[in-house]
Amino acid sequence: MSSKATAQPLSLKIASGAFLAFWCLLAAFPIVWIAIMSFKSPRDAFAASAWDVIVGPATRAAGNGLSVLDIVLGLAFLFFALRWAFSGLPKLVEQYSPPGFIVLGWLVGAAAYALVFLLVFFGVLPLVFGALNSIAGPLGTPVLGLTTEHYVAVWGENQFYRNFLNSMLVTAGVVTISLTVGTLAGYGLARSGSNLAFWLLILALIFRALPHSVLVAGYLPWFINSAEILRPIFGNLSPTLYGQPWAVIAVLVSINQPFTIWMLRSFFQNIPAELDEAARVDGCSHFQAFRRVIMPVMWPGVITTGLFSFLLGYNDFLVTSLLLDAQNQTMVPAIAGYFNRETTTTDQVEAVAAAVSITAPLFLLVMVFQRQIVSGLTAGAVKG
Amino acid sequence: MKFKTFAAFVGPSVFMMLLFIAAPLISVFLQSFQITQPVMQQIEVETCTPGFLTQTCTTELKTVPIIDDVTGKTQTTTEWVGLQSYRNVLQMDKVWEAIGAGSWGDILQIDFWKALRFTLSFTLLTLPLVIGVGLMIALAVNNASKSVRGPVIFVSLLPFIITPVIGSLSIYWLFVGDGILTVMLERWTGQDIAMFAQSWTIELLMYFYRVWHVAPFAFVIFYAGLQTVNMDTLESAIIDGASRFERLRYVIVPHLMPLIIFIALIHLMDCYRVFEEIVGFRSQAHVISLQWLTYDFLVPDDAGNRAVSRASASAMLTMIGIVLLLILPLRRTWRDHKGGAH
Repeated sequence: MSSKATAQPLSLKIASGAFLAFWCLLAAFPIVWIAIMSFKSPRDAFAASAWDVIVGPATRAAGNGLSVLDIVLGLAFLFFALRWAFSGLPKLVEQYSPPGFIVLGWLVGAAAYALVFLLVFFGVLPLVFGALNSIAGPLGTPVLGLTTEHYVAVWGENQFYRNFLNSMLVTAGVVTISLTVGTLAGYGLARSGSNLAFWLLILALIFRALPHSVLVAGYLPWFINSAEILRPIFGNLSPTLYGQPWAVIAVLVSINQPFTIWMLRSFFQNIPAELDEAARVDGCSHFQAFRRVIMPVMWPGVITTGLFSFLLGYNDFLVTSLLLDAQNQTMVPAIAGYFNRETTTTDQVEAVAAAVSITAPLFLLVMVFQRQIVSGLTAGAVKG
Repeated sequence: MKFKTFAAFVGPSVFMMLLFIAAPLISVFLQSFQITQPVMQQIEVETCTPGFLTQTCTTELKTVPIIDDVTGKTQTTTEWVGLQSYRNVLQMDKVWEAIGAGSWGDILQIDFWKALRFTLSFTLLTLPLVIGVGLMIALAVNNASKSVRGPVIFVSLLPFIITPVIGSLSIYWLFVGDGILTVMLERWTGQDIAMFAQSWTIELLMYFYRVWHVAPFAFVIFYAGLQTVNMDTLESAIIDGASRFERLRYVIVPHLMPLIIFIALIHLMDCYRVFEEIVGFRSQAHVISLQWLTYDFLVPDDAGNRAVSRASASAMLTMIGIVLLLILPLRRTWRDHKGGAH
């Protein structure tokens, strides 16, 4: 609509543009800033002047710096690597993954890409740049302090990869199980107009409102004593549920269930009911119609819901910190343990590096799945 | 769909919700009236120290927990104590004392009331802010040219998707000690500022964090809603001489009203369980929330004991609060359903 009546005065346009720019700065600043801090020596990271944090004089003085040449070449490499990830990689995956296993192909492809990227970026490039810098003269002298020592300390010495693996285990479990259980329920609820379905949805809404600590207060005594409680049934094999990742997965799936079924239900309502009616006329049972007709067209909704399940499992602090013990702690509670012993500034910067490590996968997630996240957010609201 | 098929589809999900949400609720309800303690016994202990000529021996009575021979654990008993745990959490005697003395501020020294005050003011103060900021961003993005919309949505999603504990930590690190923003504020105001030394500054940062974290969610939903505004209505409003603000007030906002209610409902639920901010800002000494109170009872103390019955009592009280908050919106849904809106 570009008629004269709706044309906006210049002042309004400028004000709205300025507000938008301000919001973007506000939204990105804390995240970008901790990312910068994590690459500096402790003195620079907590320096009072913002310029010192960015340039990092103390880090540079300690011998960890990038020259102009490093920065230019590094950025160029990053740019091409990213571009290839969105152009070359998909073709490669589609070419080499066997038909029907495209998801698996993507998982393998993404993991291989990440591995090669890390090896080249942190292993090969520094060596090449070191040799180049020594012959480049003034362009080769370091200007920007930057060090990866905190990441090395966090992932190497402090064995953060264990927490990472636990996080991955819990999240993968939560996503698969809650999607399996949730799609069935969402389909059932979307296709049944009965009063019972309505009440189930309202019940789920009430369950969604419950604070998680209320539920954990219910689990804790049972989980700690479960070996004794279950002994009459399972004998000596009865497990102590406390500290078991799969018990936490079950808990998180159930907590997530209300949200999942609401969202999947609104996606299923968008799939025309004529589709499964036609299948039923052709002689399918409800389950067959679901498996053969609905499943092939429901993937967008399932991927979106899966993303939100992923976020719940990945971001959870309360349940995992209370129900898992130190051996199989996930990443987010582990970082809380970090700052409890945060006594020196080095510890603090290591905590920052750990925080950035946790955020990085989420950043990638938004980059790849922005459209799905937006559609997921709006699906529940606009149609439900 | 026949009932049997419906049950088969919904069964697993309902089973999980009953087992892991409904059953724990009943368990919490019962626990809140019980108290589980180790069984203690008094034993005489004779301790002797070597002395000249004879040993010096003293006997004393000690209270120790009984250890079960078979399992090697301490024996525990569970008693029904009625409302004892609730009394421990609410501390009504102190409340009446404070009211009697006329010093209302003293009530907010008690953990539960302190947490309740913060949780409610947090929920109710951030609600209009989130809706307002979300709407403003949505309008601004709707105004902007198509090419910048994608990147703006990408940047806006970052605060929403970030792990809450990490998000609050990232703001904490900007202000802690001589963090760059504290230094900037000090230069502006010309006085020494410690953001984490008193409760009101921490609370301000928490409000800011929550709006920063949730506004993108409101923005995305409003933005989607703005795409469906009826252009004919808008044009007739222009012809009728409505100003820009009047168009917003009388055409756009009423169109977005269902979305505003939806966001308010979700926001009430999520804000009422404010918790991660307390962990991220490390504010336990100054500001606590209801959910944090329960969490704190559940974390083992130095002796390894968890105050499960007090946690259950505070959990039940928290739940009563959420029911009271949600009763109005839920009644509305029920009326809509009755009215045949489905």
